[in-house]
Amino acid sequence: MRIDANTDVCIGAGQCVLTDPTVFDQHDDGIVMLVTKHPEGEAAHRAREAVELCPSGALSLIEEPGDS
Amino acid sequence: MPETASITTTGTASTATTGAASGKVTDAEFPVARGCPFSTPAEYEQIREHSPIAKVRLTTGREAWWIAGHELGRTVLADRRFSSDRRRDNFPFVSTDPETRKQLQDQPTSMLGMDGAEHAQTRRALMGEFTVRRMAGLRPRIQQIVDQHIDEMLSSEQRSADLVEALSLPVPSLVICELLGVPYADHDFFQGLTGPLLRHTTPPEARGRIQEELNTYLGTLIDRKLTDPTDDLLGRQIAKQHAAGTFDRTSLVSMAFLLLIAGHETTANMISLGVVGLLQHPDQLAMIKNDPEKTPPAVEELLRYFTIADTVTARVATEDVQLGDTTINAGDGVVISGLAADHDPTVFTDPDRIDLERGARHHVAFGFGPHQCIGQTLARMELQIVFDTLFRRIPTLRLAAPLDDIPFKSDAFVYGAEKLPVAW
Repeated sequence: MRIDANTDVCIGAGQCVLTDPTVFDQHDDGIVMLVTKHPEGEAAHRAREAVELCPSGALSLIEEPGDS
Repeated sequence: MPETASITTTGTASTATTGAASGKVTDAEFPVARGCPFSTPAEYEQIREHSPIAKVRLTTGREAWWIAGHELGRTVLADRRFSSDRRRDNFPFVSTDPETRKQLQDQPTSMLGMDGAEHAQTRRALMGEFTVRRMAGLRPRIQQIVDQHIDEMLSSEQRSADLVEALSLPVPSLVICELLGVPYADHDFFQGLTGPLLRHTTPPEARGRIQEELNTYLGTLIDRKLTDPTDDLLGRQIAKQHAAGTFDRTSLVSMAFLLLIAGHETTANMISLGVVGLLQHPDQLAMIKNDPEKTPPAVEELLRYFTIADTVTARVATEDVQLGDTTINAGDGVVISGLAADHDPTVFTDPDRIDLERGARHHVAFGFGPHQCIGQTLARMELQIVFDTLFRRIPTLRLAAPLDDIPFKSDAFVYGAEKLPVAW
């Protein structure tokens, strides 16, 4: 799977960074920055949670061929 | 998919009571008073029995849609067809008195009342001040503030205190003052004003006077920072605007006003209620005392359980919107009840029970959608530090009054406790 971040709608709530700082970070202006687009294992699980929690709809999950 | 909504607008029974005839599931006027912190209004359950949405009568005499379901609540809060502009007709809880309405129309709106591009632009100018990294940098100073206040509590000979005065209010108040660059020496002044401002029962005239007084105070402060720059949130915003040639005193005043109020009243009330919640559930308290790693999820559960800003999340529909079987007409007021959403049994099993390990991060205590609380990372950190430090340093802390005798703010926009007698 792949994470996509739409920086145009991000509101800098920081929920994703709290959920997993190994996948998500913020620029100094608060906008989301992906540390990795392809989290694996536990990180993938937490990235899913972050997408659910994102208040602005900035994050999305794209299932890719080969995903189980 | 949003939950389906039904039965709310068609009062079909001919022998119906007044309530049913007008299509309402309850005759109560909203917001209904919150009594004990360990119960939610029965009316929320009445609404949910039929559908997650119902039309209700407000204390202002107007009607509004009341959303009591978690999924539908999140859907509406994220839907940009619903406006946050408090100057719109029918905005829930806003006075219907023409004079007060005119006053409101003439006032600049803060980020809280903006929509779309205007809101995004204003929020973006401020977002960098509240990043997770920047907030983590405040941790040592917040810990120090909390420790100092607990030192003071422990130095009192009577081994008792009003926790609101000793800890709940001064800690977040000092933190937000330092962050913004508002002299803490003035905190008595604005604390005396913000309390009444957050009560449903404060008359509009008094509300207007208070607003005026706070605006004057903040305006003077901003003028001072313009001529004598300071390295704090307000100072940086002023300098940034000044350098860009976009200095806007009025909008800075309303931003400072919003952050000051939101930053100190809300966290203060959550500290008091959290302490009550933990003391009333000693087995759960023991869990976080033994393992501070459990404090962050515990804070999420306490935020969910008490959802203190139940009705701040209100909107007006800007066009007709279909929610399940219910049509919301353009111009209708909608209240997305955070407390009801966070006690929705389809999302939180046994919602009226405090379960610090349930995993409650999807609560809407900070709202949802583009307006979700900008200071949530700060609030979470303050709560974690306070609960960890307080119960570690005063392990024998207990309530010094029966629960029934504690004055809870049943008529406030932000629920909490007036006073909280504790002893150790």
